[in-house]
Amino acid sequence: MFTAAAAGLLVALALVLVRAVRGPSVFDRVLAANTTGTLSVMLLSVIGFLTGRPEFLDLAIIYGLLNVVGTIAVLKFFRYGNLGEPGKGGAE
Amino acid sequence: MSALVDALSWACLVAGAVFCIIGSVGLIRMPDFYTRVHAASVTDTAGAGLLLLGMMLQAGFTLVTVKLIIIGLLILFTSPTATHALCKAALMRDLKPLLAEGEATSKR
Repeated sequence: MFTAAAAGLLVALALVLVRAVRGPSVFDRVLAANTTGTLSVMLLSVIGFLTGRPEFLDLAIIYGLLNVVGTIAVLKFFRYGNLGEPGKGGAE
Repeated sequence: MSALVDALSWACLVAGAVFCIIGSVGLIRMPDFYTRVHAASVTDTAGAGLLLLGMMLQAGFTLVTVKLIIIGLLILFTSPTATHALCKAALMRDLKPLLAEGEATSKR
């Protein structure tokens, strides 16, 4: 049953990658990257169960944390034009 | 009892995978950025939640379940935050939502 779930997740990842390549605006690509991160966390957990190695869950936790930090960093860059250097932009 | 838990876990895993595929298909087929955000939220809530629930039923009361709960909380807190920041950044960059014809003329 974990094989079926992993196959479904791989199909979903392929569809999301199509949107990441085709996306007309940069926000479509960021959204696809965010969804890819969520699907990757799920795929890592399922692979951990599939191979009987629960260490993969720790990798999934770390990947989830990195995913949200990366998304927020990219969005801040596109909103303000920099990543928060003092004295440059950033004010409303 | 064990067979019942196995069947429930199987159903949750398959339903979660199906919801992930539904969210991805919506991400491709929706016409507009903001509707694509709506489609992607299916993957983050129903898909991830059902997959985690199925894996928790398989794991039982162990440390693995605690880690799965941590992953679930992480996704439930960070995914709406990232989506909110994404939509706000898109609005700030003047990405207009796709509106119906009559509504667009009456509002502006």
